[in-house]
Amino acid sequence: MENHLLSWIVWIPVIGMVAVTLIPRDQTNAIKWTAAAAAGIQLVFSLILLARFDLTTGDFQMYESAQWIPSLNITYQLGVDGLSLPMVVLTAILFFIGVFVSWNINKAVKGYFALFLLLDTGIVGVFLSLDFFLFYVFWEVMLLPMYFLIGMWGGPQREYAAIKFFLYTLVGSVLMLIAILALYFTCGQTFDMITIMETASPNLAGVTWWGLDAMKVIWVLLFIGFAIKVPVFPFHTWLPLAHVEAPTAISVILAGILLKLGAYGLLRVNYAMLPDAVWWFAGSMAILGLINVIWGALCALAQKDLKKLVAYSSINHMGYAMIGMAAVIAAGEVNGSNYAAAQAGLNGAVFQMFNHGTISAMLFILVGVIYDRAHHRDINGFGGLATSMPIYSGIVALAFFAGLGLPSLSGFVSEAMCFLGAFPVFRTIVILATIGILLNAAYFLWAFQRMFLGELNEKYKDLPEINGRELFTVIPLAVITILFGIYPWPFLKYIGETMNVLIDQIVAVGAIAGVM
Amino acid sequence: MSNLQSLSYYWPELILTATILAGIIADLFYAPKESGKTMYWILGGLILAAFAMKLASETPVVTLFMGTLALDPFAWFFKMVIVLGTVIVLFMSTKSSELRNQGVGEYYVLMGIMVFGMFLMVSSIDMIMVYLAIEIVSLMSFILAGYLKHDKSSNEASLKYVIYGGFSSGIMLYGFSILFGLTGTTKLFEIGPALAALDGSADFAVMISAVFILAGFGYKISAVPFHFWTPDVYEGSPTPVTAYLSVAPKAAGLALLIRFFSAVFGTGEDVAAGIVPVSAALPWPQILAVIAVMTMTLGNLVAIQQDNVKRMLAYSSIAHAGYMLMGLPMLSSEGISAVMVYVVMYLFMNLGAFFIVMYVKDKKGGETFNDFSGLGWEMPLVGVAMTLFMFSLTGIPPTAGFIGKYYLFASVIKAGPSFYWLAFAGAVNSVISLYYYIRVIRHMYLEGERSGSIHIPALTTSLIILVLAIPTLVFGVYWTPIADWVSSSMVFAIPSM
Repeated sequence: MENHLLSWIVWIPVIGMVAVTLIPRDQTNAIKWTAAAAAGIQLVFSLILLARFDLTTGDFQMYESAQWIPSLNITYQLGVDGLSLPMVVLTAILFFIGVFVSWNINKAVKGYFALFLLLDTGIVGVFLSLDFFLFYVFWEVMLLPMYFLIGMWGGPQREYAAIKFFLYTLVGSVLMLIAILALYFTCGQTFDMITIMETASPNLAGVTWWGLDAMKVIWVLLFIGFAIKVPVFPFHTWLPLAHVEAPTAISVILAGILLKLGAYGLLRVNYAMLPDAVWWFAGSMAILGLINVIWGALCALAQKDLKKLVAYSSINHMGYAMIGMAAVIAAGEVNGSNYAAAQAGLNGAVFQMFNHGTISAMLFILVGVIYDRAHHRDINGFGGLATSMPIYSGIVALAFFAGLGLPSLSGFVSEAMCFLGAFPVFRTIVILATIGILLNAAYFLWAFQRMFLGELNEKYKDLPEINGRELFTVIPLAVITILFGIYPWPFLKYIGETMNVLIDQIVAVGAIAGVM
Repeated sequence: MSNLQSLSYYWPELILTATILAGIIADLFYAPKESGKTMYWILGGLILAAFAMKLASETPVVTLFMGTLALDPFAWFFKMVIVLGTVIVLFMSTKSSELRNQGVGEYYVLMGIMVFGMFLMVSSIDMIMVYLAIEIVSLMSFILAGYLKHDKSSNEASLKYVIYGGFSSGIMLYGFSILFGLTGTTKLFEIGPALAALDGSADFAVMISAVFILAGFGYKISAVPFHFWTPDVYEGSPTPVTAYLSVAPKAAGLALLIRFFSAVFGTGEDVAAGIVPVSAALPWPQILAVIAVMTMTLGNLVAIQQDNVKRMLAYSSIAHAGYMLMGLPMLSSEGISAVMVYVVMYLFMNLGAFFIVMYVKDKKGGETFNDFSGLGWEMPLVGVAMTLFMFSLTGIPPTAGFIGKYYLFASVIKAGPSFYWLAFAGAVNSVISLYYYIRVIRHMYLEGERSGSIHIPALTTSLIILVLAIPTLVFGVYWTPIADWVSSSMVFAIPSM
């Protein structure tokens, strides 16, 4: 335990999964509590990790390494830094909450929780692995449980949604595999991500394939793989469908964590391993981010289904993170060595990832609450709910305001940081993106107005108020949202050093290459 | 080495021959109902032969029977794989309801003879021997495919197989004769230098012969465009035979292809080092790469449209032949070992998939997708195992199929940017294949009624499933034993002239 904290965090859910499969299938309560216990222990361990984390360094910590397949140089390697730490904690929180969100599942309970825990291991494994092969295996391990969780426990179109999700992701994965292999052979046949981070850039400098820069080819392959997960326009079409069809807890996981995997991959792999190409691609990334912002917001505005609205808001919100990530080039000499802007952008992007994780999780849980009661999600089918469900309405208001970026809630801070960082380099894009904020506010407020204000729909005057279990799942997220909205420093303190390392890396190659 | 001397190195094959003969004789004394017991003779022979090979694995690399057969770790590897596959198929056959209602003594004997033929295939280094070996295997396959004599589709399968087989071996023989005419020898290792000595003066003839020979080999491994027989034969044959045809002769065919092309036209490394100057008129690496892509693409695209799971698996096995061919264009040691790793992984997952199709047909009376509806709930073990096999065939970690594909992709990427398109084609094809493999899973879990009762297969059936499913999972996580075995088997006989 002392030295294998990360392994424990990764594998506890699998232990829980095995325990769940050993329980007879009709003892549903035992199954649920076992799953809750596994997720709970993981959460406790991740909090221990938080406590032990050394804030003064941006390097990998709690490093673990063991031989796996020596003939191919594959190792079992885990490590944590300021980028993966918040993601791991977020994962642990959301999975713990997710067990309680899933409490009312009554179809094949055993299978559900077994797959749910397997998904947990896959996700945490991706965040913590430092061996590319291991990374890829964890990346793919997520697919199987996700397919079944959407396909078996989802809504009416679940089968189509599940296969679409699977096919999209697999396209990204195989392209990523090719890129990983290309890196493997150009970096001295190693999967060690730290070594690749050091050697990829010099080894690939000047290499061309069919007249194209090898570095750019690999970058694009990886980018597509990760962009499908984010999802970046035009790879986003799987998302609304999957989110809408998935059961509530799985929507929470999808929006809260799975989308972050894409952005995490971009920073961990694309940024850290091929920093040279960041200079070349940052502009396109900002534009793609802008499209995400505007397109996501416009689509959300047009939705009649509340869950679909929230799904499109995810596309919109991840766009801000993309713009923030693109801002890293502000630190370059050509852009006036604006180091502070790069810091604001990159920290803002990671912060936005985390905040979107909590806010969208909250939104999806709240959508689930109303769906469980009314059995539909048509925004226009409600009205005046504020009178019949005052507590619920209050929490929805908070979540909506967090989603639209109201100052003093966490979403505002991270969005503002992304924009602040990007403004010096991508002025026009940032100005256009603010239109997105406007639309963002419009769709949330309009939806709120239609559902909760106005005349009370007689049909729903007896809807039961949000219950204790549901409150238990939402309150922690609401607290985090408010806390980081007022006082974001604790979060930024954890990620800051790692972001500085990343910026330094990118600035260093920018200086050598004379900036592409 | 002279014929008599050679015999002392030939124990495994001699043992096998003896048990085959003993099986034939023993079968005469069994009542028709008991003819299944012949299986134990063949099984015993295979195990003894494997044991003899294991004992002889330390012997130096030699060529036997006046330089017609090679005894090297490469051949040894494939022989072991073939024995392993055959043993599993023997057990599968005992569970087959199709075979249950008729005398099966000959069935097992024919399978034994086929193993003998494949042993020759993987070790032959002489064109005459190559031809004889392929014919032994083919003739046995024809009969096995048509073994259900009262079944119309089985008969059709056999007849189609004979016609295609006869035609392609004729073409191959023509290719051999051109090579012989050009070089004056049937020995593979003498042909290479003799071709080089031609100095490009007969490029066109060499190319024609290479293409013709490829037709023969391509037929054996069902590569496009020599695959037309495959779907009908696979669908019509008894399922154990289909499973067998999709694995063992394919492995043997690949071994032969590797040995023949690297001996005659030079390995990728030889070519790079300028040892065997393959003339510019013979772009066979490109030809093989194109065949690989065509094979996998056609197999996958047609598999999507199937409603019969067995026929779907037939097309998928064409696609897998395409994946395996990806390792060959370079004929680099990475490529060859990738193919060898893939063969092992493919053996478990493909036999497993076919076994479950057979079992489901036995229990449900059909083998279409609809017969799989709700299966996962009714038969948990079968459902989970089939899910595993399907994911493995798609190549999703952590399963054996992914490791196999990983090796293949790695060998292609290693060969450099000029073959990257091949890796892309393989990657795209993996995604296409997901669509039809997951259809099986969809039917098993997402469709149909969820039955309340659970059906547990008989103990022996469960054991066969586990014997195939456990390696499919374990080799996906830890495959060092396979990797070590393959790398120690990368030793080829050097001709002693």
